[in-house]
Amino acid sequence: MPILLLVLGAGPAGRGGEQAGKGRATVIVFAAASLTDCLKEIAGGYEKRTGDRVVLNLAASSTLAVQVRAGARADLFFSADEAGMQALEDGGLIVKGTRRSRLSNSLAIIVAAEGGAEVNSPQDLAGAKIKRVALGDPQAVPAGVYAREYLRRLKLWSALEPKVVPMESVRAALAAVESGNVDAGIVYKTDAAVSRKVRIACEAPREDGPRISYPVALLADAPQPEAARGFLEHLGSEQAEAVFRKFGFIVLAGPVP
Amino acid sequence: MSAEDWQLLWFTGRMAALSTCLVLPVGLALAWSLARARWRGKALVEALVSLPLVLPPVVTGLVLLKLFGRRGPLGHWLYQHLGWEVVFTWKAVVLALAVMSLPLFVWAARASLQEVNPLLEQLARTLGAGEWRVLFTITLPLARRGIIAGTMLAFARALGEFGATIMVAGNIPGQTTTLPVAIYYSVELGKDSRAWMLAGLSATLAFLAIWATQRLLRRPKR
Repeated sequence: MPILLLVLGAGPAGRGGEQAGKGRATVIVFAAASLTDCLKEIAGGYEKRTGDRVVLNLAASSTLAVQVRAGARADLFFSADEAGMQALEDGGLIVKGTRRSRLSNSLAIIVAAEGGAEVNSPQDLAGAKIKRVALGDPQAVPAGVYAREYLRRLKLWSALEPKVVPMESVRAALAAVESGNVDAGIVYKTDAAVSRKVRIACEAPREDGPRISYPVALLADAPQPEAARGFLEHLGSEQAEAVFRKFGFIVLAGPVP
Repeated sequence: MSAEDWQLLWFTGRMAALSTCLVLPVGLALAWSLARARWRGKALVEALVSLPLVLPPVVTGLVLLKLFGRRGPLGHWLYQHLGWEVVFTWKAVVLALAVMSLPLFVWAARASLQEVNPLLEQLARTLGAGEWRVLFTITLPLARRGIIAGTMLAFARALGEFGATIMVAGNIPGQTTTLPVAIYYSVELGKDSRAWMLAGLSATLAFLAIWATQRLLRRPKR
């Protein structure tokens, strides 16, 4: 019986804010995997304050962009790179004027906290001791695209490419390092900070690394545009920015230069 | 089709063939002992072998990942003693395919072994044939159809395996990516036309496998 109730209960929740009239709407946010922890906290606070529900779909931004283009029901898109957002904007899939980028991040090379490889510089990744390096899929996943750009700038990409294990999101790359199945990984500094099973072997200085930018926008086909605007506004509030900072994100005064 | 696509096709076919080669001896031994012998723990072994058929493939993948990961009990041992790395290599692909296709083979082979009339085997023994000779000249030839069908089922299953493979072998282009994994990631990257092309390739392979089985199973003309 409890199972039956669960099954029945899942219906209305999945369809989103049909009860908007009663003052409780459901905002569906498609957000980059790297935003997992901070958005959960921000959404939790917002739900308590407003009574609206925030449903997070967390995955690689590239995956989410494909889902949005395929017609997935979503209100907001919070991407880890501008490319994915630009593609949606070019396709007329976001509401003009709602797009905003004020969040940034930096990359870090990580190894397992216990028994991890000795890595002191990016050049060490090219050494014989490092056999496999986990990245977000450098063909699409923003963290992987950024990591590839970083390694290219250091002229290390061609040496490292055969060692790369492309993962489906930055968090999957983090998990691969945690499990010890790869020797090292490149993730955002904020991802490294949420795991006790990895340690940062070396950080990519922001000036060496690629320009990391997290745009957010209201989607044109949003089922709950009003409620979504409320949450979008909240994401730019001081309260929310304090949470982003707490998790190690860089909050800029204006768009990433 | 690009060189990369041919490589993908060749790699997937090779991995499926390799896993089938692994499944054949292990599966035959299992099928025979399940069909014929009586022993303690038979029901348990039977359930364990069949488990990948009923479990979600990702669960099988999870178990394999934990067992064969660098820090897993088996993975650690293999690395220490043989220097083998399994997870995220082609070995993991073969492992996942073999474990997933073993039950299909065992079920088919077992059913046909059970149908072999024991009287015929008995007859051969009374005529002086040893156990191995009985097995290879009487039992296996008579169970031929089930064994061939099981082999093709296992091979076809291996060609299409996705869930367990993605868990233990990942998606390393040219090293561990198989056809189904490539299809998934093509869709994921929004490359729909490549996904369709690869899907067509899969369908062609599956069709060929079924056609080949039917030809092999056709009763010889008298």
